[in-house]
Amino acid sequence: MDTTLQELMLWYELHRLQERYISVIDTDRLEELPELFTEDCVYEIVPKENADLGLPIGIMHCFGRAMLSDRITALRNANIFEPHTYRHLTAGLEFTPIGRDTVDMQCNYVVVQTLTDGESRVYQSGRYFDRIVRTAEGWRYQSKRAIYDTSRVQTLLVTPV
Amino acid sequence: MDHSASPQSPVATHAEQLVYFPRSDGSRIPYKVYSSPEIYRLEQERIFHGPVWSFLALEAEIPHPGDFKGTFVGDAPVVVTRNGDASLSAWVNRCAHRGAMVCRAARGNAKTHICAYHQWSYDTRGKLRGIPFRNGVKGSAGMPADFDPTNHGLEQLRVDSYRGAIFATFSTSAPSLYDYLGPNMRPGLDRIFHKPIVYLGCSRQYSKSNWKLYHENVRDNYHASLLHAFFSTFNLFRATTTRTEVINGERGLHNYTRGFHTQDTTGGAAYKQDGVSSFKDGLRLQDPSLLSMISELDDGTFQIQAIFPQLVLQQIQNSLVARQILPKGPTNFELIFHFFGYTDDTPEMRLHRIKLANLVGPAGLVSMEDMLATELVQFGTTGSEDALSIADMCRDAPDDPQIASSISETYIRHFWRGYQELMGL
Repeated sequence: MDTTLQELMLWYELHRLQERYISVIDTDRLEELPELFTEDCVYEIVPKENADLGLPIGIMHCFGRAMLSDRITALRNANIFEPHTYRHLTAGLEFTPIGRDTVDMQCNYVVVQTLTDGESRVYQSGRYFDRIVRTAEGWRYQSKRAIYDTSRVQTLLVTPV
Repeated sequence: MDHSASPQSPVATHAEQLVYFPRSDGSRIPYKVYSSPEIYRLEQERIFHGPVWSFLALEAEIPHPGDFKGTFVGDAPVVVTRNGDASLSAWVNRCAHRGAMVCRAARGNAKTHICAYHQWSYDTRGKLRGIPFRNGVKGSAGMPADFDPTNHGLEQLRVDSYRGAIFATFSTSAPSLYDYLGPNMRPGLDRIFHKPIVYLGCSRQYSKSNWKLYHENVRDNYHASLLHAFFSTFNLFRATTTRTEVINGERGLHNYTRGFHTQDTTGGAAYKQDGVSSFKDGLRLQDPSLLSMISELDDGTFQIQAIFPQLVLQQIQNSLVARQILPKGPTNFELIFHFFGYTDDTPEMRLHRIKLANLVGPAGLVSMEDMLATELVQFGTTGSEDALSIADMCRDAPDDPQIASSISETYIRHFWRGYQELMGL
Protein backbone atom coordinates (compact mmCIF):
# COMPACT_ATOMS: atom_id res chain seq x y z
CA MET A 1 0.00 0.00 0.00
CA ASP A 2 1.53 3.36 -0.85
CA THR A 3 2.12 6.04 1.80
CA THR A 4 -1.00 8.06 1.08
CA LEU A 5 -3.29 5.07 1.43
CA GLN A 6 -1.49 4.02 4.62
CA GLU A 7 -2.01 7.49 6.06
CA LEU A 8 -5.63 7.43 5.00
CA MET A 9 -6.17 4.06 6.72
CA LEU A 10 -4.49 5.31 9.87
CA TRP A 11 -6.53 8.52 9.86
CA TYR A 12 -9.69 6.43 9.50
CA GLU A 13 -8.76 4.03 12.31
CA LEU A 14 -7.77 6.81 14.70
CA HIS A 15 -10.95 8.64 13.85
CA ARG A 16 -12.99 5.48 14.54
CA LEU A 17 -11.36 5.19 17.97
CA GLN A 18 -12.05 8.81 18.81
CA GLU A 19 -15.64 8.63 17.57
CA ARG A 20 -16.20 5.54 19.69
CA TYR A 21 -14.68 7.27 22.71
CA ILE A 22 -17.04 10.22 22.25
CA SER A 23 -20.13 8.09 21.61
CA VAL A 24 -19.52 5.97 24.69
CA ILE A 25 -19.42 9.09 26.86
CA ASP A 26 -22.22 11.04 25.18
CA THR A 27 -24.64 8.09 25.14
CA ASP A 28 -23.97 7.29 28.79
CA ARG A 29 -22.24 3.94 28.20
CA LEU A 30 -19.46 4.87 30.59
CA GLU A 31 -18.88 1.26 31.65
CA GLU A 32 -17.46 0.71 28.13
CA LEU A 33 -14.99 3.56 28.49
CA PRO A 34 -12.13 1.74 30.26
CA GLU A 35 -12.07 -0.86 27.44
CA LEU A 36 -10.72 1.81 25.12
CA PHE A 37 -7.62 2.21 27.26
CA THR A 38 -4.64 -0.03 27.96
CA GLU A 39 -4.21 -1.57 31.41
CA ASP A 40 -1.37 0.80 32.29
CA CYS A 41 -3.02 3.84 30.76
CA VAL A 42 -2.92 7.45 31.88
CA TYR A 43 -6.03 9.64 31.58
CA GLU A 44 -5.76 13.23 32.74
CA ILE A 45 -7.81 16.41 32.52
CA VAL A 46 -5.50 19.40 33.03
CA PRO A 47 -6.16 23.15 32.69
CA LYS A 48 -4.13 24.84 29.96
CA GLU A 49 -2.92 27.49 32.41
CA ASN A 50 -1.05 24.75 34.30
CA ALA A 51 0.15 22.87 31.22
CA ASP A 52 1.58 26.08 29.74
CA LEU A 53 3.61 26.69 32.90
CA GLY A 54 4.73 23.08 33.17
CA LEU A 55 2.72 22.59 36.36
CA PRO A 56 1.39 19.07 36.92
CA ILE A 57 -1.96 19.56 38.68
CA GLY A 58 -5.18 18.70 36.91
CA ILE A 59 -8.72 17.98 37.97
CA MET A 60 -8.74 14.28 37.13
CA HIS A 61 -5.77 11.91 37.09
CA CYS A 62 -6.26 8.23 36.37
CA PHE A 63 -3.07 6.17 36.46
CA GLY A 64 -4.12 2.78 35.21
CA ARG A 65 -7.40 1.45 33.91
CA ALA A 66 -8.49 0.52 37.46
CA MET A 67 -8.55 4.18 38.54
CA LEU A 68 -10.61 5.06 35.49
CA SER A 69 -13.09 2.30 36.39
CA ASP A 70 -13.17 3.62 39.96
CA ARG A 71 -14.12 7.07 38.66
CA ILE A 72 -17.08 5.51 36.90
CA THR A 73 -18.06 3.46 39.94
CA ALA A 74 -17.95 6.64 42.02
CA LEU A 75 -20.06 8.47 39.43
CA ARG A 76 -22.70 5.73 39.42
CA ASN A 77 -22.76 5.01 43.18
CA ALA A 78 -21.29 7.80 45.24
CA ASN A 79 -21.08 11.26 43.70
CA ILE A 80 -24.11 13.54 43.80
CA PHE A 81 -24.64 15.90 40.87
CA GLU A 82 -27.25 17.42 38.64
CA PRO A 83 -28.18 15.12 35.74
CA HIS A 84 -26.57 16.36 32.54
CA THR A 85 -25.91 15.47 28.93
CA TYR A 86 -22.66 16.01 27.07
CA ARG A 87 -22.37 16.51 23.33
CA HIS A 88 -18.81 16.51 22.02
CA LEU A 89 -17.67 18.24 18.86
CA THR A 90 -14.16 17.76 17.49
CA ALA A 91 -11.95 19.32 14.86
CA GLY A 92 -8.34 19.89 13.94
CA LEU A 93 -7.15 16.28 14.18
CA GLU A 94 -3.41 15.85 13.64
CA PHE A 95 -1.33 12.72 14.10
CA THR A 96 2.30 11.57 14.02
CA PRO A 97 3.20 7.87 13.79
CA ILE A 98 5.97 6.78 16.15
CA GLY A 99 6.98 3.43 14.70
CA ARG A 100 4.47 0.91 13.44
CA ASP A 101 2.40 0.40 16.58
CA THR A 102 2.30 3.82 18.21
CA VAL A 103 0.75 7.10 17.14
CA ASP A 104 0.67 10.50 18.80
CA MET A 105 -2.54 12.36 18.10
CA GLN A 106 -3.99 15.77 18.89
CA CYS A 107 -7.51 17.00 18.35
CA ASN A 108 -9.64 19.93 19.47
CA TYR A 109 -12.80 19.22 21.40
CA VAL A 110 -15.74 21.18 22.66
CA VAL A 111 -18.27 19.75 25.10
CA VAL A 112 -21.73 21.29 25.09
CA GLN A 113 -23.56 20.46 28.29
CA THR A 114 -27.32 20.44 28.83
CA LEU A 115 -28.66 20.65 32.37
CA THR A 116 -32.10 20.11 33.86
CA ASP A 117 -33.09 23.72 33.14
CA GLY A 118 -33.08 22.77 29.48
CA GLU A 119 -30.28 25.13 28.51
CA SER A 120 -27.29 24.02 26.50
CA ARG A 121 -24.03 25.79 27.20
CA VAL A 122 -20.42 25.50 26.10
CA TYR A 123 -19.09 23.64 29.11
CA GLN A 124 -15.50 23.01 28.11
CA SER A 125 -13.20 23.62 25.19
CA GLY A 126 -9.76 22.11 24.86
CA ARG A 127 -7.40 19.84 22.98
CA TYR A 128 -6.69 16.14 23.39
CA PHE A 129 -3.07 14.99 23.45
CA ASP A 130 -3.14 11.22 22.97
CA ARG A 131 -0.68 8.38 22.62
CA ILE A 132 -2.41 5.49 20.92
CA VAL A 133 -1.00 1.97 20.63
CA ARG A 134 -1.89 -1.08 18.58
CA THR A 135 -3.14 -4.00 20.72
CA ALA A 136 -4.71 -7.37 19.96
CA GLU A 137 -8.11 -5.67 20.30
CA GLY A 138 -7.16 -2.82 18.00
CA TRP A 139 -5.97 0.73 18.64
CA ARG A 140 -6.21 1.76 22.28
CA TYR A 141 -5.32 4.84 24.32
CA GLN A 142 -2.11 4.40 26.26
CA SER A 143 -2.41 7.97 27.42
CA LYS A 144 -4.99 10.69 26.91
CA ARG A 145 -4.57 14.20 28.26
CA ALA A 146 -7.42 16.64 27.83
CA ILE A 147 -5.83 20.07 28.16
CA TYR A 148 -8.76 22.43 28.62
CA ASP A 149 -8.97 26.18 27.94
CA THR A 150 -12.12 26.78 30.01
CA SER A 151 -10.36 27.29 33.30
CA ARG A 152 -13.62 28.11 35.08
CA VAL A 153 -15.25 24.72 35.51
CA GLN A 154 -18.95 25.42 35.91
CA THR A 155 -20.20 23.89 39.18
CA LEU A 156 -18.41 20.55 38.97
CA LEU A 157 -17.04 17.93 36.60
CA VAL A 158 -17.90 14.30 37.20
CA THR A 159 -18.15 12.81 33.70
CA PRO A 160 -14.85 12.41 31.83
CA VAL A 161 -14.43 14.68 28.82
CA MET B 1 -30.36 58.46 62.78
CA ASP B 2 -27.58 60.93 63.54
CA HIS B 3 -26.59 62.55 60.26
CA SER B 4 -24.16 64.85 62.04
CA ALA B 5 -21.83 61.89 62.56
CA SER B 6 -18.79 61.46 60.29
CA PRO B 7 -19.76 60.86 56.65
CA GLN B 8 -20.79 57.40 55.64
CA SER B 9 -21.67 56.05 52.27
CA PRO B 10 -25.36 56.24 51.37
CA VAL B 11 -25.47 52.48 51.48
CA ALA B 12 -24.01 52.34 54.97
CA THR B 13 -26.41 54.78 56.61
CA HIS B 14 -29.25 52.48 55.70
CA ALA B 15 -27.48 49.31 56.70
CA GLU B 16 -29.81 48.44 59.50
CA GLN B 17 -32.76 48.67 57.16
CA LEU B 18 -31.26 46.35 54.61
CA VAL B 19 -31.85 43.04 56.31
CA TYR B 20 -33.19 41.76 59.60
CA PHE B 21 -31.62 38.96 61.61
CA PRO B 22 -34.40 37.95 64.02
CA ARG B 23 -32.12 36.25 66.56
CA SER B 24 -28.87 37.38 68.07
CA ASP B 25 -27.43 33.87 68.37
CA GLY B 26 -26.81 33.47 64.64
CA SER B 27 -29.28 30.59 64.30
CA ARG B 28 -31.68 32.33 61.91
CA ILE B 29 -30.31 33.71 58.66
CA PRO B 30 -32.56 35.65 56.24
CA TYR B 31 -32.08 34.32 52.73
CA LYS B 32 -31.80 37.87 51.44
CA VAL B 33 -28.11 37.83 52.37
CA TYR B 34 -27.41 35.40 49.53
CA SER B 35 -28.89 37.51 46.73
CA SER B 36 -29.23 41.19 47.67
CA PRO B 37 -27.14 43.55 45.52
CA GLU B 38 -27.24 46.11 48.34
CA ILE B 39 -25.79 43.62 50.81
CA TYR B 40 -23.13 42.74 48.26
CA ARG B 41 -22.19 46.41 47.87
CA LEU B 42 -22.08 46.84 51.62
CA GLU B 43 -19.78 43.81 51.84
CA GLN B 44 -17.40 45.45 49.38
CA GLU B 45 -17.21 48.41 51.73
CA ARG B 46 -17.35 46.78 55.17
CA ILE B 47 -15.47 43.56 54.45
CA PHE B 48 -13.24 43.87 51.37
CA HIS B 49 -12.35 47.49 52.08
CA GLY B 50 -12.77 46.97 55.81
CA PRO B 51 -10.41 45.98 58.62
CA VAL B 52 -9.75 42.51 57.22
CA TRP B 53 -6.91 40.87 55.37
CA SER B 54 -7.74 39.10 52.11
CA PHE B 55 -5.66 36.19 50.86
CA LEU B 56 -3.91 36.97 47.57
CA ALA B 57 -1.40 34.24 46.80
CA LEU B 58 1.24 31.87 48.09
CA GLU B 59 4.75 33.27 48.08
CA ALA B 60 5.69 30.12 46.18
CA GLU B 61 3.64 31.46 43.24
CA ILE B 62 5.90 34.52 42.92
CA PRO B 63 9.30 33.39 44.15
CA HIS B 64 11.63 35.53 42.00
CA PRO B 65 12.15 39.30 41.78
CA GLY B 66 9.82 40.69 39.12
CA ASP B 67 7.31 37.83 39.46
CA PHE B 68 3.69 38.96 39.61
CA LYS B 69 0.19 37.56 39.78
CA GLY B 70 -3.14 39.22 39.08
CA THR B 71 -5.97 38.49 41.51
CA PHE B 72 -8.79 40.26 43.40
CA VAL B 73 -9.73 41.70 46.75
CA GLY B 74 -13.49 41.60 46.53
CA ASP B 75 -14.34 43.27 43.22
CA ALA B 76 -11.09 45.23 42.99
CA PRO B 77 -8.48 43.78 40.62
CA VAL B 78 -5.17 43.64 42.45
CA VAL B 79 -1.68 42.66 41.39
CA VAL B 80 0.80 41.23 43.88
CA THR B 81 4.47 41.50 42.95
CA ARG B 82 7.91 40.48 44.18
CA ASN B 83 10.23 43.48 44.23
CA GLY B 84 13.96 43.45 43.47
CA ASP B 85 14.81 43.36 47.17
CA ALA B 86 12.51 40.30 47.62
CA SER B 87 9.84 42.35 49.42
CA LEU B 88 6.22 42.21 48.27
CA SER B 89 3.94 44.88 46.85
CA ALA B 90 0.23 44.87 46.14
CA TRP B 91 -1.57 47.50 44.09
CA VAL B 92 -4.89 48.04 42.44
CA ASN B 93 -4.66 47.14 38.79
CA ARG B 94 -5.95 50.51 37.64
CA CYS B 95 -3.85 53.13 35.88
CA ALA B 96 -3.52 56.36 37.84
CA HIS B 97 -4.20 58.21 34.59
CA ARG B 98 -7.60 57.22 33.18
CA GLY B 99 -8.35 53.99 35.02
CA ALA B 100 -7.30 51.35 32.51
CA MET B 101 -6.17 47.91 33.62
CA VAL B 102 -2.38 48.12 33.66
CA CYS B 103 -1.17 44.54 34.07
CA ARG B 104 -2.98 42.43 31.50
CA ALA B 105 -1.24 39.12 32.08
CA ALA B 106 -2.47 36.72 34.75
CA ARG B 107 1.07 35.75 35.78
CA GLY B 108 4.56 36.61 34.68
CA ASN B 109 7.79 38.42 35.38
CA ALA B 110 8.40 42.07 34.60
CA LYS B 111 10.53 44.93 35.90
CA THR B 112 8.00 47.49 34.69
CA HIS B 113 4.28 47.48 34.07
CA ILE B 114 3.24 49.65 31.16
CA CYS B 115 -0.34 50.70 30.59
CA ALA B 116 -1.33 49.92 27.00
CA TYR B 117 -3.46 53.01 26.59
CA HIS B 118 -0.96 55.89 26.98
CA GLN B 119 2.16 53.94 27.95
CA TRP B 120 2.38 55.27 31.50
CA SER B 121 4.95 53.06 33.09
CA TYR B 122 5.18 51.80 36.69
CA ASP B 123 7.78 49.78 38.59
CA THR B 124 7.03 46.60 40.55
CA ARG B 125 5.99 48.69 43.56
CA GLY B 126 3.49 50.66 41.49
CA LYS B 127 5.52 53.87 41.45
CA LEU B 128 5.02 55.96 38.34
CA ARG B 129 8.28 55.99 36.38
CA GLY B 130 7.50 57.28 32.94
CA ILE B 131 4.92 59.31 31.06
CA PRO B 132 5.32 59.75 27.29
CA PHE B 133 5.31 63.39 26.17
CA ARG B 134 5.31 64.60 29.75
CA ASN B 135 7.39 67.62 28.80
CA GLY B 136 5.49 68.24 25.61
CA VAL B 137 6.45 67.59 22.04
CA LYS B 138 6.06 69.66 18.84
CA GLY B 139 3.37 72.08 19.91
CA SER B 140 2.03 70.15 22.86
CA ALA B 141 2.57 71.87 26.20
CA GLY B 142 2.88 68.55 28.02
CA MET B 143 1.71 67.94 31.55
CA PRO B 144 1.11 71.00 33.81
CA ALA B 145 3.91 72.38 35.97
CA ASP B 146 2.14 71.23 39.12
CA PHE B 147 2.05 67.60 38.01
CA ASP B 148 4.00 65.49 40.52
CA PRO B 149 4.46 61.83 39.55
CA THR B 150 4.86 60.80 43.18
CA ASN B 151 1.19 61.61 43.67
CA HIS B 152 0.15 59.36 40.81
CA GLY B 153 1.40 55.90 41.60
CA LEU B 154 -0.89 52.89 41.62
CA GLU B 155 -3.19 52.65 44.63
CA GLN B 156 -1.39 50.62 47.27
CA LEU B 157 -2.66 47.95 49.63
CA ARG B 158 -0.93 46.96 52.83
CA VAL B 159 0.59 43.60 52.05
CA ASP B 160 2.09 41.03 54.39
CA SER B 161 2.85 37.37 54.47
CA TYR B 162 2.52 34.79 57.24
CA ARG B 163 4.44 31.55 56.72
CA GLY B 164 4.39 32.12 52.96
CA ALA B 165 0.70 32.98 52.65
CA ILE B 166 0.28 36.53 51.26
CA PHE B 167 -2.60 38.72 52.43
CA ALA B 168 -3.49 42.34 51.75
CA THR B 169 -5.83 44.97 53.11
CA PHE B 170 -7.08 48.36 51.94
CA SER B 171 -7.57 49.42 55.53
CA THR B 172 -5.10 51.58 57.40
CA SER B 173 -6.87 50.75 60.68
CA ALA B 174 -6.81 46.95 60.36
CA PRO B 175 -4.54 45.26 62.93
CA SER B 176 -1.35 43.60 61.76
CA LEU B 177 -1.77 40.38 59.77
CA TYR B 178 -0.26 38.52 62.69
CA ASP B 179 -2.95 39.87 65.02
CA TYR B 180 -5.70 39.50 62.43
CA LEU B 181 -4.93 35.79 62.24
CA GLY B 182 -4.75 35.60 66.03
CA PRO B 183 -3.46 32.93 68.42
CA ASN B 184 -6.25 30.44 67.62
CA MET B 185 -5.51 30.39 63.88
CA ARG B 186 -1.75 30.80 63.66
CA PRO B 187 -1.01 27.21 64.78
CA GLY B 188 -2.96 25.88 61.81
CA LEU B 189 -0.81 27.78 59.35
CA ASP B 190 2.29 26.88 61.35
CA ARG B 191 1.38 23.23 61.04
CA ILE B 192 0.94 23.12 57.27
CA PHE B 193 3.61 25.65 56.36
CA HIS B 194 6.25 24.25 58.66
CA LYS B 195 8.77 23.90 55.81
CA PRO B 196 9.23 25.46 52.36
CA ILE B 197 6.61 24.68 49.74
CA VAL B 198 6.57 24.45 45.97
CA TYR B 199 3.57 25.48 43.82
CA LEU B 200 2.01 22.69 41.77
CA GLY B 201 -0.74 24.57 39.91
CA CYS B 202 -4.38 25.50 40.37
CA SER B 203 -7.87 24.51 39.33
CA ARG B 204 -10.95 26.73 39.30
CA GLN B 205 -14.53 25.98 40.16
CA TYR B 206 -17.21 28.54 39.26
CA SER B 207 -20.41 28.56 41.26
CA LYS B 208 -23.86 30.01 40.65
CA SER B 209 -24.20 30.78 44.33
CA ASN B 210 -23.28 33.36 46.96
CA TRP B 211 -19.73 33.22 48.36
CA LYS B 212 -20.94 33.11 51.96
CA LEU B 213 -22.62 29.78 51.31
CA TYR B 214 -19.14 28.36 50.85
CA HIS B 215 -17.98 29.78 54.16
CA GLU B 216 -20.95 28.10 55.83
CA ASN B 217 -20.15 24.87 54.06
CA VAL B 218 -16.58 24.62 55.38
CA ARG B 219 -17.85 25.25 58.92
CA ASP B 220 -20.61 22.68 58.59
CA ASN B 221 -19.64 19.50 60.40
CA TYR B 222 -23.12 18.12 59.92
CA HIS B 223 -22.95 17.51 56.18
CA ALA B 224 -19.56 15.97 55.56
CA SER B 225 -20.37 12.29 55.98
CA LEU B 226 -23.83 12.68 54.47
CA LEU B 227 -23.38 14.78 51.32
CA HIS B 228 -19.96 13.53 50.38
CA ALA B 229 -21.00 9.99 49.70
CA PHE B 230 -17.57 9.06 48.41
CA PHE B 231 -16.44 8.95 52.03
CA SER B 232 -19.13 6.64 53.27
CA THR B 233 -19.44 4.56 50.12
CA PHE B 234 -15.85 3.50 50.24
CA ASN B 235 -15.47 3.65 54.03
CA LEU B 236 -13.00 6.52 53.93
CA PHE B 237 -14.68 8.60 56.61
CA ARG B 238 -17.73 8.17 58.76
CA ALA B 239 -18.84 10.80 61.24
CA THR B 240 -19.07 8.21 63.98
CA THR B 241 -15.45 7.29 63.52
CA THR B 242 -13.62 10.57 63.02
CA ARG B 243 -12.78 12.68 66.01
CA THR B 244 -12.85 16.33 65.12
CA GLU B 245 -11.58 19.36 66.94
CA VAL B 246 -12.75 22.83 66.06
CA ILE B 247 -11.74 26.24 67.25
CA ASN B 248 -12.92 29.66 66.13
CA GLY B 249 -11.14 32.91 65.60
CA GLU B 250 -11.81 35.43 68.33
CA ARG B 251 -14.44 37.28 66.27
CA GLY B 252 -16.14 34.12 65.04
CA LEU B 253 -15.16 34.61 61.41
CA HIS B 254 -12.12 32.35 61.16
CA ASN B 255 -12.46 28.64 61.79
CA TYR B 256 -9.95 25.83 62.28
CA THR B 257 -11.27 22.28 62.02
CA ARG B 258 -9.13 19.19 62.33
CA GLY B 259 -9.99 15.52 61.92
CA PHE B 260 -8.43 12.37 63.30
CA HIS B 261 -9.62 9.17 61.68
CA THR B 262 -10.30 5.85 63.28
CA GLN B 263 -11.58 2.80 61.42
CA ASP B 264 -15.29 2.06 61.72
CA THR B 265 -15.62 -1.35 63.33
CA THR B 266 -19.40 -1.21 63.77
CA GLY B 267 -20.04 -1.65 60.06
CA GLY B 268 -21.65 1.77 59.95
CA ALA B 269 -24.48 0.80 62.32
CA ALA B 270 -25.57 4.37 63.01
CA TYR B 271 -26.00 5.03 59.29
CA LYS B 272 -27.97 1.88 58.66
CA GLN B 273 -30.20 2.63 61.62
CA ASP B 274 -31.05 6.12 60.37
CA GLY B 275 -31.49 4.92 56.81
CA VAL B 276 -28.96 7.38 55.51
CA SER B 277 -29.15 7.10 51.75
CA SER B 278 -25.52 7.85 51.00
CA PHE B 279 -24.33 4.80 52.88
CA LYS B 280 -23.61 1.80 50.71
CA ASP B 281 -22.18 -1.37 52.11
CA GLY B 282 -19.45 -3.32 50.45
CA LEU B 283 -18.41 -1.07 47.56
CA ARG B 284 -14.66 -1.05 47.15
CA LEU B 285 -12.27 0.79 44.91
CA GLN B 286 -10.33 -1.29 42.37
CA ASP B 287 -7.29 0.86 43.06
CA PRO B 288 -7.38 1.96 46.70
CA SER B 289 -3.92 3.52 46.55
CA LEU B 290 -5.77 6.81 46.14
CA LEU B 291 -6.84 6.58 49.77
CA SER B 292 -3.53 5.64 51.33
CA MET B 293 -1.90 8.17 53.57
CA ILE B 294 1.82 8.64 53.82
CA SER B 295 2.59 9.82 57.31
CA GLU B 296 4.16 13.27 57.21
CA LEU B 297 2.58 15.82 59.51
CA ASP B 298 1.14 14.17 62.59
CA ASP B 299 -1.89 12.00 63.31
CA GLY B 300 -4.28 14.53 61.79
CA THR B 301 -6.00 13.19 58.68
CA PHE B 302 -7.54 16.47 57.68
CA GLN B 303 -7.47 20.18 58.36
CA ILE B 304 -9.98 22.66 56.96
CA GLN B 305 -9.17 26.18 58.07
CA ALA B 306 -11.04 29.28 56.98
CA ILE B 307 -9.25 32.62 57.21
CA PHE B 308 -12.08 35.00 56.43
CA PRO B 309 -12.80 36.19 53.80
CA GLN B 310 -10.72 34.79 50.94
CA LEU B 311 -8.88 31.68 52.18
CA VAL B 312 -9.61 28.12 53.17
CA LEU B 313 -6.42 26.24 53.91
CA GLN B 314 -6.81 22.51 53.49
CA GLN B 315 -4.96 19.34 54.25
CA ILE B 316 -6.76 16.11 53.35
CA GLN B 317 -4.36 13.26 53.94
CA ASN B 318 -1.38 14.24 51.78
CA SER B 319 -3.30 16.73 49.67
CA LEU B 320 -2.32 20.32 50.48
CA VAL B 321 -4.35 23.17 49.01
CA ALA B 322 -4.93 26.87 49.62
CA ARG B 323 -8.49 27.52 48.42
CA GLN B 324 -9.08 31.12 47.38
CA ILE B 325 -12.67 32.44 47.46
CA LEU B 326 -13.43 35.26 45.02
CA PRO B 327 -16.96 36.72 45.05
CA LYS B 328 -18.26 37.62 41.58
CA GLY B 329 -21.47 39.49 42.36
CA PRO B 330 -24.14 38.37 44.79
CA THR B 331 -24.98 35.15 43.00
CA ASN B 332 -21.62 33.86 41.81
CA PHE B 333 -18.17 33.11 43.10
CA GLU B 334 -14.97 31.54 41.85
CA LEU B 335 -13.13 29.03 44.01
CA ILE B 336 -9.47 28.55 43.10
CA PHE B 337 -7.66 25.50 44.44
CA HIS B 338 -3.94 26.27 44.74
CA PHE B 339 -2.08 23.00 45.13
CA PHE B 340 1.34 22.75 46.73
CA GLY B 341 3.85 20.26 48.07
CA TYR B 342 7.05 20.58 50.04
CA THR B 343 10.32 21.36 48.31
CA ASP B 344 11.83 18.22 49.81
CA ASP B 345 9.11 15.86 48.51
CA THR B 346 10.45 12.64 47.03
CA PRO B 347 9.32 11.81 43.48
CA GLU B 348 6.96 9.22 45.00
CA MET B 349 5.41 11.79 47.30
CA ARG B 350 5.09 14.26 44.42
CA LEU B 351 3.23 11.68 42.35
CA HIS B 352 1.05 10.80 45.33
CA ARG B 353 0.04 14.45 45.74
CA ILE B 354 -0.88 14.61 42.06
CA LYS B 355 -2.97 11.48 42.48
CA LEU B 356 -4.67 13.07 45.46
CA ALA B 357 -5.71 16.01 43.30
CA ASN B 358 -8.53 13.62 42.40
CA LEU B 359 -10.06 14.21 45.83
CA VAL B 360 -10.51 18.00 45.68
CA GLY B 361 -11.16 20.66 43.09
CA PRO B 362 -13.96 20.86 40.51
CA ALA B 363 -13.82 17.10 39.89
CA GLY B 364 -12.94 16.34 43.49
CA LEU B 365 -14.27 12.99 44.64
CA VAL B 366 -14.75 14.32 48.16
CA SER B 367 -15.47 17.97 47.44
CA MET B 368 -17.39 18.36 44.20
CA GLU B 369 -20.76 18.17 45.93
CA ASP B 370 -20.07 21.29 47.99
CA MET B 371 -20.76 23.34 44.91
CA LEU B 372 -23.89 21.37 44.18
CA ALA B 373 -25.08 22.08 47.73
CA THR B 374 -24.44 25.81 47.59
CA GLU B 375 -26.19 26.03 44.23
CA LEU B 376 -29.15 24.04 45.52
CA VAL B 377 -29.52 26.58 48.34
CA GLN B 378 -29.17 29.51 45.94
CA PHE B 379 -31.79 28.03 43.66
CA GLY B 380 -34.17 27.09 46.46
CA THR B 381 -34.00 30.48 48.19
CA THR B 382 -34.38 32.67 45.14
CA GLY B 383 -37.64 34.54 45.49
CA SER B 384 -37.87 33.91 49.26
CA GLU B 385 -35.77 36.79 50.56
CA ASP B 386 -37.46 37.04 53.93
CA ALA B 387 -37.63 33.34 54.72
CA LEU B 388 -35.10 32.03 57.21
CA SER B 389 -32.29 29.47 57.24
CA ILE B 390 -32.25 27.40 60.42
CA ALA B 391 -28.95 26.51 62.09
CA ASP B 392 -30.10 24.78 65.27
CA MET B 393 -27.96 21.66 65.51
CA CYS B 394 -26.47 21.54 69.03
CA ARG B 395 -27.94 24.92 69.92
CA ASP B 396 -28.83 23.48 73.32
CA ALA B 397 -25.17 22.81 74.05
CA PRO B 398 -23.46 25.78 72.44
CA ASP B 399 -20.54 26.12 74.82
CA ASP B 400 -19.43 22.53 75.00
CA PRO B 401 -16.48 22.40 72.59
CA GLN B 402 -16.55 18.65 72.31
CA ILE B 403 -20.19 18.61 71.28
CA ALA B 404 -19.70 21.66 69.07
CA SER B 405 -16.88 19.86 67.30
CA SER B 406 -19.00 16.88 66.41
CA ILE B 407 -22.11 16.96 64.25
CA SER B 408 -23.20 20.53 64.89
CA GLU B 409 -23.97 23.92 63.40
CA THR B 410 -22.32 25.83 66.23
CA TYR B 411 -19.67 27.35 64.02
CA ILE B 412 -22.18 28.43 61.42
CA ARG B 413 -23.90 30.43 64.16
CA HIS B 414 -20.56 31.91 65.22
CA PHE B 415 -19.89 32.91 61.62
CA TRP B 416 -23.17 34.80 61.30
CA ARG B 417 -22.66 36.59 64.60
CA GLY B 418 -19.20 37.68 63.45
CA TYR B 419 -20.54 38.68 60.04
CA GLN B 420 -23.29 40.83 61.54
CA GLU B 421 -20.80 42.55 63.82
CA LEU B 422 -18.37 43.32 61.01
CA MET B 423 -21.11 44.49 58.66
CA GLY B 424 -22.93 46.57 61.27
CA LEU B 425 -26.18 44.70 60.62
